[in-house]
Amino acid sequence: MAITVDASGDLSPEEQKRLKADLHRSLFRNKVRACLLVAPLVVFILVTFVAPIGNMLIRSVEDPQVNEYMPLTSEALQDWDGQELPDETIFAALAQDLIAGRESKEIGKAATRLNYESSGMRSLIMGSARKISRIEPPYKEALIEADKDWADIDNWKIIKRLSSSYTSSYYVAALDMETSPDGEVSFVPENQQIYLKLFWRTLWMSMLITAMTVLLGYPVSYFLASLPVKKANVLMILVLLPFWTSLLVRTSSWIAMLQSQGILNDLLVWMGIIADEQRLQMIYNALGTVIAMTHILLPFMILPLYSVMKTVPPSYLRAARSLGANPWTAFWQVYLPQTIPGISAGAILVFILAIGYYITPALVGGQSGQFIGNLIAYHMQGSLNWGMAAALGVMLLVLVMGIYGLYSRFVGVNNVKLG
Amino acid sequence: MKNSLKLSTAIILGSVAVATVAQAAESITVVSWGGAYTASQRGAYSDPFTAKTGITVLDEDKSGNALAGMRAQAEAGNGTWDIVDILEGDALTACDEGIAQEIDYNNDLEQGADGTAPLDDFVAGSLTGCFVPTIVYATLFAYNNTAFPDGAPQTISDVFDLEKFPGKRSLEKIPAANLEWALVADGVPYDEVYEVLDTPEGVDRAFAKLDTIKDSVIWWEAGAQPPQLLADGEVTIASAYNGRIFNAQVVENQPFTIIWDGQMFELDGWVVPKNAPNKKAAMDYLRFSTDTQRLADQAKYISYGPARKSSAPLISTHISTGVDMNPHMPTNPANFKTPIKKDAAFWADNGDDLKERFNAWLAQ
Amino acid sequence: MSVPSYAGPLERTWYYAFRVFCAAVFIFLIAPILVIVPLSFNAEPYFSFTQGMLTLDPDAYSTRWYEEFLTSDRWLESIKNSVIVAFFSTFLAASLGTLAALGLSRSELPYKGLIMGLLISPMIVPLIIAAAGMFFFYSSLGISQSYVGLILAHTALGTPFVVITVTATLSGFDHNLVKAAANLGATPTYTFFKITMPLIMTGVISGALFALMTSFDEVIVAIFIAGVEQRTIPMQMWSGIREQISPTILAVATILITFSVIMLATVEILRRRSDRIRGIIS
Repeated sequence: MAITVDASGDLSPEEQKRLKADLHRSLFRNKVRACLLVAPLVVFILVTFVAPIGNMLIRSVEDPQVNEYMPLTSEALQDWDGQELPDETIFAALAQDLIAGRESKEIGKAATRLNYESSGMRSLIMGSARKISRIEPPYKEALIEADKDWADIDNWKIIKRLSSSYTSSYYVAALDMETSPDGEVSFVPENQQIYLKLFWRTLWMSMLITAMTVLLGYPVSYFLASLPVKKANVLMILVLLPFWTSLLVRTSSWIAMLQSQGILNDLLVWMGIIADEQRLQMIYNALGTVIAMTHILLPFMILPLYSVMKTVPPSYLRAARSLGANPWTAFWQVYLPQTIPGISAGAILVFILAIGYYITPALVGGQSGQFIGNLIAYHMQGSLNWGMAAALGVMLLVLVMGIYGLYSRFVGVNNVKLG
Repeated sequence: MKNSLKLSTAIILGSVAVATVAQAAESITVVSWGGAYTASQRGAYSDPFTAKTGITVLDEDKSGNALAGMRAQAEAGNGTWDIVDILEGDALTACDEGIAQEIDYNNDLEQGADGTAPLDDFVAGSLTGCFVPTIVYATLFAYNNTAFPDGAPQTISDVFDLEKFPGKRSLEKIPAANLEWALVADGVPYDEVYEVLDTPEGVDRAFAKLDTIKDSVIWWEAGAQPPQLLADGEVTIASAYNGRIFNAQVVENQPFTIIWDGQMFELDGWVVPKNAPNKKAAMDYLRFSTDTQRLADQAKYISYGPARKSSAPLISTHISTGVDMNPHMPTNPANFKTPIKKDAAFWADNGDDLKERFNAWLAQ
Repeated sequence: MSVPSYAGPLERTWYYAFRVFCAAVFIFLIAPILVIVPLSFNAEPYFSFTQGMLTLDPDAYSTRWYEEFLTSDRWLESIKNSVIVAFFSTFLAASLGTLAALGLSRSELPYKGLIMGLLISPMIVPLIIAAAGMFFFYSSLGISQSYVGLILAHTALGTPFVVITVTATLSGFDHNLVKAAANLGATPTYTFFKITMPLIMTGVISGALFALMTSFDEVIVAIFIAGVEQRTIPMQMWSGIREQISPTILAVATILITFSVIMLATVEILRRRSDRIRGIIS
């Protein structure tokens, strides 16, 4: 490319323009190239990972069962004011829905959904559906005669409330609250609260585990960082081997270690520290969860700490000492501040991993060591209340995102390092 | 570089080949409970079925989540399960929701060996539309003999008596059975348990009784856990499925004893999901596995009572140890003095509420 | 590290206490891994040391659980499944992740922070949430209970590791090398394979190893979205611990630990090699 320069040594205006355009074009081309390189993975993650989570978000507010499987009743109830028992038209619509639902054998889905809201609705719906072929108009009297619960206005209020396609009821329940038939929201009695309690427990136990990993990991990392590289690498195997070992393997070995006829108790009895009949209960409770999870997550603390400590020149400590600082001051004032990035990177990693744990608490946690993840799994596979599982999942996600947001705001994402 | 590319191509092609070969033969996926139970079905049903038809049987241990799995597959419209071993109550729900295949009992099932029609041969009232029961099983308490050298627990009340019979207990982490037993231990007659439990006061009473042992309970979630906990000495008394205890007693020679008092019995059996991928083979399997001989054969492997009357006289001895199976059956009159029939309808109605309450109680 | 000569008695005590503490933590880290090995030779079907094992009675030890493992169709099937799933998901994760890392390392890329956040989100979002979402979504697409679904899920979970390690390698990468190659007339493809690739190879391989381990060890997502035909080793172990407890899983664990040691050695050798290469270049 020939560039003409005018007498003053500047580029001519046309040349400047042309160059600018060239630069723009080439920058644009590079930009496109960069985007094209990133695009496949971005699309892949959006489809395989983000979409499922978005789908879960929708599911946590979606409530189609009653609307879909009792369409006529839902529609008829639109104009019902909820003051007194519905009239014959609404009962007739219900009868039609029951007949159609009995035919398609899908009325059970609406019954299941209604039963989550109020026990006994399942047998009300299913019982009436079984009798429906023998029921003659007028439906109001006939249905009430078939099951007197149809004369209970509260049941109708529940059907009306659930007949819209979207609901906040899963979130209401996930906050340990309930909606009365009249639509008032209030906390459930203290002895029936569970989700807030479990969120709280998950949070504080994760914090405890994080604190434990700092407490155990910091000295060890310092020790490793102060050793010559060759020796440190050998000892590092002791950290990396558990890190690479399957989570299930480690959890099951903690069962063998901690159970009351397990290795630790045997050892304590053999050493005469405890009597045979006073074996310690170290597993199937919160203690078991904390021990096993601290072990599993400790490498996630040691590795970032170690890599940060490696970059702190030991001469700083020596300088502080020779300038008269006692060991404690030297550590507190000189060394510790320089390792804060390592602590925070390790802590956020451990904390976020811990808060979503499911396998280890399920295997060694007993009842007092369960996390919120266990309840999500329970609602997905045990109670089959998928809306509830989705709502709890979304709440946990918001929590994690919030913590992560705070972290990246104050510490920065780039401090997350592997190995 | 080039070599490693060649190598990886070879590996890809190789593994694809392996994957396709594995799927070539006709097979059905049978969902069941795992462990000794699946083994008994394999011996009594699946292996003879494969020998007869050439259809291979894949076992999946997902009966603990049977209803969840069937719902998920129905929603996705892509079924992978062909026949599912499921509890009576869940089978009713699956049938109500239209995700289980309706069975034409007189045509889809084999006549009894004595010529009785299926509707008269199976346990009365159990053929409810989609469900075909195979066994009667019991959830009951068992203890480790070594824990009680002088005087063993005999009744449900003894199980709740921590002073006389010290040690940890293990109970299933669900409200069913535990609430019933708590009431029995609190003095409610066996046949009035569900009447009492149907009132709010009755539920409070049951939880109050469970409170008295709560701190000494290790909760189990899978059928193999209680024998393990008993054998490890982790607990002294555990609730368990009677077949699992039988297996530990007879096959593994563990010093366990069953407390037959207050055994909670219920039915368990097959449903075929509506969108089973190999429905014809699944129906063949259903027909084959529920005939008189097959149900009696299963009792050679595990101590669950056959759900067909015509099978009862054919019960013989245990396949590997030669033990007479009759004294181990939950339905044997000697063991059947104070049973409680699990009320499937009660649990279908109140299960959601009581499970919530139970979980909240656990989290206290 | 040693005690400096100017240290007083108090400091010496501290120093030894510190060493004892570190030794205790190392024991805490490694003991659970080590007890697995002898327990896997238990002759009894339970998880505890028997009297016979403690007195080193040869009859109390046996290899029956290894035999059971090697003769069990389920276990062998699960190894096959794990290998298939891990292989494909690692391959996909490494390719997609490396490409993305190359793009991320270019200064021209807009919204870099946002994209990075998106790409490493599978590492940050708790697995139970990912599992729940995938269970619902993959079911509605009809790819749950299939190899495809499991491979896609594991790929998604593995890519953040590749992105992070390759980006880290590229941060020390001298972009002048690419320009020099271009100046000397090399095509971009040629430059990539001859210049870029060899230099970032260690990052790609260690990222891929992380992805491989993720897939090999992952159980939560697998329990929810895989079916019987895709049963992987961790799934089989999970059902082993929960449904039919036997020391077979300890035997498998011992084999897996051996496998880990081999992997660990590989990574270590790679790291040394990478250090060497960098030493030559910089």
